[in-house]
Amino acid sequence: MNAVLSVARKEFRDGLRNRWVLAIALVLAILAVGIAYFGAAASGELGFTSLATTVVSLSTLAVFLIPLIALLLAYDAIVGEQEAGTLLLLLTYPLSRSQLLLGKFFGHGLILAVATALGFGIAGIAIALGAPGVDLLALAGSIGLLIVSSVLLGWVFIAFAYLISVWVTEKAQAAGLALIVWFLFVLVFDLALLALLVSVERGGDWLPWLLLLNPTECFRLINLAGFEAARSYTGLTSIAEGGTFRPAVVTAILVAWILVPLGLALLRFRRRAA
Amino acid sequence: MNDIITFNGVTKRHGDVTSLADLHLEVQEGEVLALLGHNGAGKTTAMKLILGLIAPSEGELRVFGAAPHGAEADRLRRRLGFLPENVGFYEQLSGREVLDYFARLKRVDRHRIDDRLEQVGLGEASRRRVKTYSKGMRQRLGLAQALLGDPRLLLLDEPTTGLDPAATRDFYATVRALRDQGCTVLLSSHVLPGVEPYIDRALILGGGKRLALGSLDELRRQAELPLTIRAKGDWSITPPPADLPAHETQRLNGHACEFRVHPANKMRVLRCLTTTPGIEDIELLPPSLENLYTHFSATESPRGQS
Repeated sequence: MNAVLSVARKEFRDGLRNRWVLAIALVLAILAVGIAYFGAAASGELGFTSLATTVVSLSTLAVFLIPLIALLLAYDAIVGEQEAGTLLLLLTYPLSRSQLLLGKFFGHGLILAVATALGFGIAGIAIALGAPGVDLLALAGSIGLLIVSSVLLGWVFIAFAYLISVWVTEKAQAAGLALIVWFLFVLVFDLALLALLVSVERGGDWLPWLLLLNPTECFRLINLAGFEAARSYTGLTSIAEGGTFRPAVVTAILVAWILVPLGLALLRFRRRAA
Repeated sequence: MNDIITFNGVTKRHGDVTSLADLHLEVQEGEVLALLGHNGAGKTTAMKLILGLIAPSEGELRVFGAAPHGAEADRLRRRLGFLPENVGFYEQLSGREVLDYFARLKRVDRHRIDDRLEQVGLGEASRRRVKTYSKGMRQRLGLAQALLGDPRLLLLDEPTTGLDPAATRDFYATVRALRDQGCTVLLSSHVLPGVEPYIDRALILGGGKRLALGSLDELRRQAELPLTIRAKGDWSITPPPADLPAHETQRLNGHACEFRVHPANKMRVLRCLTTTPGIEDIELLPPSLENLYTHFSATESPRGQS
């Protein structure tokens, strides 16, 4: 356990030093405040409109950015050390491969968690200050849920990044695969599901279940569950009629989306040759 | 003397390729053993086996009396130091932070990091980022890393590649000091002249097979390579005796003559030369490690190529 903490500690300090934490927090805060303020510009208004619209906008932002940030943060976790020659050295230390990978996961996970909490937290404060009529308790609840679910979503993609990182032998390959994963889950999946939705004329009770095959849809379901009013803006996730999926269940599925790729990455890493 | 490492008929195969074939080797405590061989001769495979990074396909390997790949791996690894070839370290960390990280992972006393850095001559630069280090400084940081926790066995893979002669000398001086404290050292190197004075024995590998093993004297006896005798003096007075059991190879500006002599005839030639008038100085040049290496590798290469 000690070794896991040592690795985690080093990764987190690296994240502070090379400004990952700062950069992620700033990008999220600026974009979140911008979206909260200009989110209703399309309908001719400026400024904060309603909590529902804001949460929908922020979760859309998170769906695009969080997976990308997580993949960028972690894609070279193993393959990068391999290219630098430090992996060979680490493997001769009294430290198992699982401990190394888990340590990195905790380190990277903490970087993402701290940066997300900071970024969306700042945005939440800015909204509270800038929108006089807002229900502070509801805002805090929504932002809190957004932060927790964003962190979970980020961990899912960190796990994906590790799975890539233990599989390939070159950093460039890992970067390419990471982008493909992002593209598939964030863009292609939605389009494919939309096409399916249009082509299925009858029945289709099973369609909402397909949402669970994509962690980014799980993330949307969690954040939008509380907003009946937001249904008109939620796009695809609205095929899951109210109450089909309880947030606790969806959260559990999102956690499974972390554990499965992480477990596969551990298995693969332990079995591959030094 | 205790055996630190024992290879008992160890073979390692990767698919169809045999990278180490039936190796027998005992390394004793406090010994400096050089692993010599071309690329792909099996040096790195032997090191990886000792480190427990890979398991032997056949045969038995014991390090500190246990199988390095087995359940004892953690205990063994804390007593072992390794300097890989071309290690990049973490560029954004300072030398001291790098050592701190590795010391934590090895669970050793972190208060001695500064001593270690002083020992390898990085005291001044310990707070600078590794990014700014020269090749020699990185190599010394690597050595400091290998020395964490006072290992009883040191494995150094090409430790002096890219070092200038002075840095190489310093490096080997450290190795010798460690050996004198009873540490066992295994090192592989391409730079044969540099390593020669510091090793007790050499293992010459070729195509995964053991071509020769022994101290320099033992290798010389096995190889029976001619040695070179250089005699300086005025050769214009007396030409070299005709019955000298040696062939003259080179005459340098009339003042020096070089003879290649079979080891068995060494004393006869020397006696003869000392009584030759006009000779002022005699130099004896035994075959160097490089000559021996070339000799032993040449015996392998025709078969190795096929």
